[in-house]
Amino acid sequence: MRFVFKTSYAQDLGLFRDGVQRNWYLALFVGLLVLPVLVPTYLVDVSLVLIYGLAGLSLMVLAGYTGLVSLGHAAFLGIGAYAHVYFAQNLGLPWVVAVALAAVLTAAAGVLVGLPALRMTGVYLTIATLAFALIIQEVFVQWEPVTGGLRGKPVDKPVIFGLPFSSDVTFYFLCVVVLMGGLWLTGNVLRSPTGRAWVAIRDSEIAAQSMGVNLAVYKTMAFAYSAGLMGIAGALFAHKVGFLAPDIFSVLLSIQLLLMVVVGGLGSLHGALFGAVFVALLPVAISQARDSLPAWVGSATGIFGKSASTAAYLGVDRFVKQPGLEPGIFGLILVLFILFEPLGIYGRWLKLRIFFSTFPLYKRATFKRQKTYMRSERLR
Amino acid sequence: MTSGGASRYNLPTPQRERNTLDIILQLVLNGLAVGCIYGLVALGFVLIYKATELVNFAQGDLMMLGAFTCYMFVVWYGFGYWVAFAVAVVTVGLFGAALDSLVLRRVLGQPQFAVVMLTIGLGAIFRSFASMTWGSEIYTLPTPFSAHTTRIGGVSVSHEYVSIIVGTILLCAILYAFFTYTKVGVAMQAASQNQLAAYYMGIPVKLMFSLIWAISAGVAAIAGVLLAPVSLIDINLGFIGLKAFAAAVLGGFGSIPGALVGGLTIGLIELCSGAYLPHGFKDVAAYVVLLAVLAIRPQGMFGTAGRKKV
Amino acid sequence: MTFFKAEGLAINFGGIRALDGVTFEVEPGQIFTIIGPNGAGKTTIFNLVSRIYDPTEGRLIFRDEDITAVAPHEIARRGIARTFQNIELFEHATVLQNLLLGRHAHRRSRFVEELLFLPRVRALELEHREAVEKVIDFLDLQPYRDSLIANLPYGARKVVEMARALCTQPRLLLLDEPSSGLNVEETDDMAFWIQDIRTLLGITVLMVEHDMRLVSAVSDRVLALNYGRPIALGGAREVQEHPEVVKAYLGG
Repeated sequence: MRFVFKTSYAQDLGLFRDGVQRNWYLALFVGLLVLPVLVPTYLVDVSLVLIYGLAGLSLMVLAGYTGLVSLGHAAFLGIGAYAHVYFAQNLGLPWVVAVALAAVLTAAAGVLVGLPALRMTGVYLTIATLAFALIIQEVFVQWEPVTGGLRGKPVDKPVIFGLPFSSDVTFYFLCVVVLMGGLWLTGNVLRSPTGRAWVAIRDSEIAAQSMGVNLAVYKTMAFAYSAGLMGIAGALFAHKVGFLAPDIFSVLLSIQLLLMVVVGGLGSLHGALFGAVFVALLPVAISQARDSLPAWVGSATGIFGKSASTAAYLGVDRFVKQPGLEPGIFGLILVLFILFEPLGIYGRWLKLRIFFSTFPLYKRATFKRQKTYMRSERLR
Repeated sequence: MTSGGASRYNLPTPQRERNTLDIILQLVLNGLAVGCIYGLVALGFVLIYKATELVNFAQGDLMMLGAFTCYMFVVWYGFGYWVAFAVAVVTVGLFGAALDSLVLRRVLGQPQFAVVMLTIGLGAIFRSFASMTWGSEIYTLPTPFSAHTTRIGGVSVSHEYVSIIVGTILLCAILYAFFTYTKVGVAMQAASQNQLAAYYMGIPVKLMFSLIWAISAGVAAIAGVLLAPVSLIDINLGFIGLKAFAAAVLGGFGSIPGALVGGLTIGLIELCSGAYLPHGFKDVAAYVVLLAVLAIRPQGMFGTAGRKKV
Repeated sequence: MTFFKAEGLAINFGGIRALDGVTFEVEPGQIFTIIGPNGAGKTTIFNLVSRIYDPTEGRLIFRDEDITAVAPHEIARRGIARTFQNIELFEHATVLQNLLLGRHAHRRSRFVEELLFLPRVRALELEHREAVEKVIDFLDLQPYRDSLIANLPYGARKVVEMARALCTQPRLLLLDEPSSGLNVEETDDMAFWIQDIRTLLGITVLMVEHDMRLVSAVSDRVLALNYGRPIALGGAREVQEHPEVVKAYLGG
């Protein structure tokens, strides 16, 4: 068992727990840098993972740290995307300015949603954000001069300070830099009074108030910061997909984003990243399974005879080739995680780590969940 | 996926010469009928919420399952309409009860949004299941009311809309009588207000909750079957559930009559938006109302605001 | 200067008059206790002072200022801190993070500065940490510094709750049933701490309590409530022997 030996208060202030953890992350960063050399064909997918990571970060700040669960974050992604493309292409502003303006605009939209949200608690807020997202989607359809409506809007490759970022490799590094920046900023906020106030709002609004936290201001700030980050993710997302259409930013995407943070593990930055990897790789895994699962099942049931094997193969083949399977699998995974692993992938990772570090003294009750049954306890 | 359920209601064209009154009446009936559907789905939400403080985001998808089940029994197995109706309602009701006892009971006690996410996931599973079992096209359900109209006082009245309105009234009357006058109904009310006290009085609370889920799912199924002739059946039928949220919130999330009044109000608001505002606003009118209610008066028309006791 | 005064406080919850005509004054450096049977409205008074509820009638005055209409989050800044009857700690955070939150009223950094974690923010954070460590030393919470609240026993949580309130550096501390759920030894510790808070830290204490031993040991003045109405006000001994208090609450 490794003890973290603390010698100064400043150590607790750092972004990393100690030198060892920092070195691990440094190694991870180096790995990210050399990735283009190792897997050049998958760079586009990895870029998407990074963008999802930024989006997950944004939602994690709002839902995981402040406890304001939003089912409408796809709307912010869309606002950021459309705004950035409009500023960069229609108005011809420099790329960095366009992204900054898009982030500001999205943050303003976040404030707009946040203000009425101050009077709502729990599920009502979730429903309100859902309604907001549906309204914004319709705005995307209707506001043709800016968004191109249902016809869609093509997106050029980014050109920053005159340098084109059109290749996969350059775009990948752009995403890496932006994600690192987002992580650094968010880490900073979370270790300062604002971050603590957000966590306080999540755990007990009344106690937070009595400690001097102005709920209205901090909730609005959480919305604004989360939306701003999402706006930046939206700008990168626009470049990644190359073509914007209103039906990209649907309720389904909002659900996917929420799935990302829940499956990843609410309440930690790692969770956002784990979730992003999961959600981005799941469609890939499903399509791989589509191709290989029938054959595998066919050979596995071979012991029961040729006809059984062929029947199994055809049956599984017909099952996995159906359209409409993907949302079902997402739903199933979401349900299974909530039922059996509410702390998400990061939670499972923590449990494993603690198991190994406290072996053989691991207590099963270490992660026992606190349940609240009384009606008055649930109203926060 | 198109934005939140774009106009899907087919207006039947009267065979005779149209006059303005005819059109207006049809539109009003359409609005009221749609409002009744919203009200029924909202009723399902509120029943579950009052009992277990859960918000069931899969309510609309239960409605879709009800419509598809009825379709299956009528078109695939050749049952009569009424028999298929009854079978569909019972099946979906039992399914709802099973859902409660097998899945939802495990998450009771977890923070609310976890349960919300669970129901969202369940909804996605239902949609996927429907797509795989019945296919992802649009289907029509033949009913005794389809494309029939009656002339009353010089204007044509479509049977489909009337069936919805009459069906809703009947259902509400039955539910009211059930909850007020039968022992089981009163027991359910008790269980939803104070679980511990209900246990002490010998009420089997878990069974009551499963029953509430069964009734709620059954109501959703009825709404689905009633809606089927007006709006064709497809896997995205459940997105009406989102608008029913607006109805439930407008009426006040803990109030049953509120859900119905809210539904009718939303139906009429949609009607007016469709008539007076540019195309496309009709779809989001319900959500604008939802946001307005949540911002100005979160407890809706009949609900009460709750607060934590410290 | 009027340090703290409640004048004619009354509040209705629907048809129920939970408090009626409650008037009392607390001098600086006093330990003032409110006693009474359950449902008498003691915690309601606290909730009024914390501005969680609005009074139907009456005024609250703190250090010559009328705080009856002040926003709830302003109360901490003005120097009033409280603990809660059913502990309201932040369950998923460590003790240290809970206590640091208690310093929120003294936050002097701006959001943009925090975003970039400028050296000024770092220096302020270290200041907050020093202040919190003083409270940890005062209440002997060193072994619990990095524990998650969810892993702490009830007695420890009560102490952390009090520590968090102390981190606010209040002038007036509201303690809601500080000894409930504590055994005899822990209650004795609590009595000493309350006296130290008054004597060493110079904080005035207003508390609600059921344990008469604790009340007699530490209180300077006592107010007895019954059904929302004050029935006796005076020294600890005086109130405990008051016939109405005996009839309504103490028995015997």
